[in-house]
Amino acid sequence: MSIVVENLSKSYGGQKAVDNISFQVNTGEILGFLGPNGAGKTTTMKIITSFMAPSSGDVKINGLSIQTEKENIKKKIGYLPENNPLYYDMPVLEYLGFTAALQGVVKNKINDKIAQMVFICGLDEEKHKKIGELSKGYRQRVGLAQAMIHNPEILILDEPTTGLDPNQIIEIRKLIRRIGKEKTVILSTHILPEVEATCDRILIINKGKIVADGTPETLRKQAQNNEVLKISISEASGLDEVIYSLQNLESVNMVDPLIDADTTLMVQSKAGFSSRKNIFQLCVDKHWVLTEMTPIETKLEDIFKELTTN
Amino acid sequence: MNKIWIIAARELKTFFDSLTAYILLISFLGISGFFTWLFGSDIFYIGQASLEPFFAVAYWTLFFFTPALTMRMLAEENKTGTIELLLTKSVTDWQVLLGKFLACLMLIGIALALTLPYYFTVWSIGPIDHGAVWCGYLGLLLMSSAYISIGLFASSITSNQIVAFLLSLFIGLFFLIIFSVLSSSFTGFGGELFDYLSLQSHFDSISRGVVDSKDIIYFLSISFFGLILAETALAKRNIVD
Repeated sequence: MSIVVENLSKSYGGQKAVDNISFQVNTGEILGFLGPNGAGKTTTMKIITSFMAPSSGDVKINGLSIQTEKENIKKKIGYLPENNPLYYDMPVLEYLGFTAALQGVVKNKINDKIAQMVFICGLDEEKHKKIGELSKGYRQRVGLAQAMIHNPEILILDEPTTGLDPNQIIEIRKLIRRIGKEKTVILSTHILPEVEATCDRILIINKGKIVADGTPETLRKQAQNNEVLKISISEASGLDEVIYSLQNLESVNMVDPLIDADTTLMVQSKAGFSSRKNIFQLCVDKHWVLTEMTPIETKLEDIFKELTTN
Repeated sequence: MNKIWIIAARELKTFFDSLTAYILLISFLGISGFFTWLFGSDIFYIGQASLEPFFAVAYWTLFFFTPALTMRMLAEENKTGTIELLLTKSVTDWQVLLGKFLACLMLIGIALALTLPYYFTVWSIGPIDHGAVWCGYLGLLLMSSAYISIGLFASSITSNQIVAFLLSLFIGLFFLIIFSVLSSSFTGFGGELFDYLSLQSHFDSISRGVVDSKDIIYFLSISFFGLILAETALAKRNIVD
């Protein structure tokens, strides 16, 4: 089930929270929605889930517009809002039953669905407690369970792993990946490794506008034109000679010795060239021993920082 | 209708899971019982088999109790953010409102049903006007539904329950007293208008056993108008610009 966002804008009191954004998400795709606080992530999610109407533009879910087909669309979406609001005075099982009934799950299937969600989200030990008595991690699981209980084709998750411990985070990510194979998932997060671990595609939004869209690999390539290698060479007669020889390789742009290590160097290649083969060949010719050669990748953090700060 | 019922059932259960329902039922029965049977111009003082003392007491107690029920309804959902979760489920704003309205009305219905022993007791004492009694109950229900929708409106525009409570009392006060005071100080059209808006005369005529469509329309239109305002307040999220 595809989500098509077309020229979406939303303003609050003259201030544009979302400014004319367009993108598309297809079935089986997990889209990571990134951006600094106040970038417009949550607003976009609220519009896609039909909680709010956009100021202009449209969202089409499988060709159905949120302006006219609100009720049909809501049935197909599972939504975990920011801060995971829940009825704290309700017991877990009762709350899941209430959600299932509201989402139109057939009466005799409700218990099966609840049991399934309790199993998937690991709620078995806490299922009879009131939601207010649960720890934050378990509340988050209840939030996920209520979003998925009617087996929606689209999942919109606003910061799904906040408050979970590292083991739970890994579990939830696995779960999202599994679900993402057959469903359409949009998730927003501040945790950048999470995006790499779970998402097929990243959308970075800043001040209401999309500033980057692509897989983690393409974003990295865009941000980094020059190859950077970290190399260590031993058995050479002197570091100066190594630097001099490397500098003379035609693919090498710059050689930079690391201050705290004797034999480790950072080698930057010229744009569009790779120096790996040349360096290896040089070492063979000179009878040096190459003990390390690691390509240095631009971190997602750096890309994020570059795109979202002026 | 099914969705409305699901929401109403949840709200009603929440009333009983918290102490709200029990406090309301006990204090309503206590206060109305005390003034009906024991104190002031009670049933024995009047010397007639009539439930009018009870209706007069309920007329006042419901004015205070209804806002206490409705204040939580939307204000709390606004405060905790659960309104977002609720409205992104496959329900309309109207289904949510009507569900909450129905839950409050059912709880008041339960409270009134528990006063039926008063009726049977008086019936066993002397000849009672059955029509007037049932009309009185109908009047109380209609009046409550008007207060509930005023309360829902007050609750929909704030995330503070105290504000919602005071605001619905304040709006209710207009219908309960202020319009009637104004009607006596105006003559001509103004006087008639305020007299029509005042709740007392409509309630009195119903509780005397006279069911006039004019009175029923009066209560239903307040209920309807309150719900429309509440719906508008809910839908405001769509038009903030």
